[in-house]
Amino acid sequence: MRFTKDHEWVVLEGDVATIGITAYAADQLGDVVFVETPEAGKTVKAGDGLAVVESVKAASDVYAPISGQVVEGNAALGDAPETVNDQPEKAGWFAKIKIADKAEYEALMDRAAYEDFLGTL
Amino acid sequence: MSDETLKTTPLNAAHIAAGARMVPFAGYSMPVQYRDGVLKEHLWTRENAGLFDVSHMGQARLRGVSPLSAFEEITPGDFIGLKPGKQRYSVLLNKKGGIIDDLMAARPDDDGLFVVVNGACKDNDFKVIDNELAGQVRIDRLEDRALIALQGPKAAEVLAEHAPQAARMVFMDSASFEAFGTDVIVSRSGYTGEDGYELSVPAAEAERVWNLLCADERVRPIGLGARDSLRLEAGLPLYGHDVDETVSPIEADLGFAVSKKRRDARDFPGATRIAKELAEGVSRKRVGLTVLEGAPAREGAEIADEAGNVVGVVTSGGFSPSLGKPIAMGFVPPALAAAGTKLKVIVRGKPQAAEVTAMPFVPHRYIRKL
Repeated sequence: MRFTKDHEWVVLEGDVATIGITAYAADQLGDVVFVETPEAGKTVKAGDGLAVVESVKAASDVYAPISGQVVEGNAALGDAPETVNDQPEKAGWFAKIKIADKAEYEALMDRAAYEDFLGTL
Repeated sequence: MSDETLKTTPLNAAHIAAGARMVPFAGYSMPVQYRDGVLKEHLWTRENAGLFDVSHMGQARLRGVSPLSAFEEITPGDFIGLKPGKQRYSVLLNKKGGIIDDLMAARPDDDGLFVVVNGACKDNDFKVIDNELAGQVRIDRLEDRALIALQGPKAAEVLAEHAPQAARMVFMDSASFEAFGTDVIVSRSGYTGEDGYELSVPAAEAERVWNLLCADERVRPIGLGARDSLRLEAGLPLYGHDVDETVSPIEADLGFAVSKKRRDARDFPGATRIAKELAEGVSRKRVGLTVLEGAPAREGAEIADEAGNVVGVVTSGGFSPSLGKPIAMGFVPPALAAAGTKLKVIVRGKPQAAEVTAMPFVPHRYIRKL
């Protein structure tokens, strides 16, 4: 699993990356009440808005940590947005992306580096 | 504003000890939520009793020969008719009939008028009052007092154990008496739609009073996040969002704050505009909206009619924890203001179905008689 400074995580299987937000991010957001996930086929560049996650208080963007084409958005979050809080790094994933360049993945932080980063916040 | 310049309330240490997440608000470092989070804090207040630090709000005494009649020069309320022991909601008006701030003014005792205004507006409010009423009243800001709100269906039974006098009050009563071993100014009111009280206590006693109340298992501390969702469900406007200096009380659907006597006398700032609006109608009106599909519509989202023409804007909105769906407030032309009118809210470019809904969204539970 790799991580970004925007608190997204990425798991790569073959050339498909599964993307979500970290437990830290889910805790900071508080109770998630609405999630907007991308449609399959959408092309994104690293840093583009990929999904929107809303708590009672505010809406937050989830950015694509990596470039590629969306294979699937997590439709289950439509009826159960609380999954993002309950299982942020598992069932609460947002989208799967077929990636264009594996080097983008390799450049992301590993868990030790991400935890060091959290320690600086 | 950097954290270094933020003020703190007398309850700052209590918030941090309770695990609050602190954020800048109205120039203060304030708790946006505690460990429970906004959703649970909101529902706890609707079912039990929530304790809120609202010490950032401005408290003052207006003292002078006749502070009640003087106060009528800057508000449209009937303050000459305000009886001892009563509180009234009102608005400070500018010369154009726009709302400088909304406020509570009360007569807890014989010591002039006790006024509570919004934290973000307080410096300007007190300057306006001082300028407009110079020579008539003296404003004594009560900077050495904290303000604590206890809100929810169990608030009365909790407070009665510490202040039996409070149980004899009804909604919008105000009193000052000894309780918690100190002097308190109490009103039976709040901004959640629930029964409850606001307690003004000396700053030095605030943490002790807070901890006493918090020790009760029916009471939990509640942050600004839930305070906002509670007042939204209660249909209560938030100054600086739903109401500002351009909005009149009639447009804001706060016509009840313009008393009958004052309507007839037309003797308050902006009376010409307000009389015209009462006679001929307004061009925009604050309404409630239920968002029937999709994401919450938040402040700034456009409101469109069914044909897609933009007709207004959302001034506050979010997810309603009590109703389990998004709700909002916004301004629309009066022709589209009737409950049941089908509209759209535009969220991130997408039109979503919405419907004008009578407010409050969640019924008020004020205790109006014992």
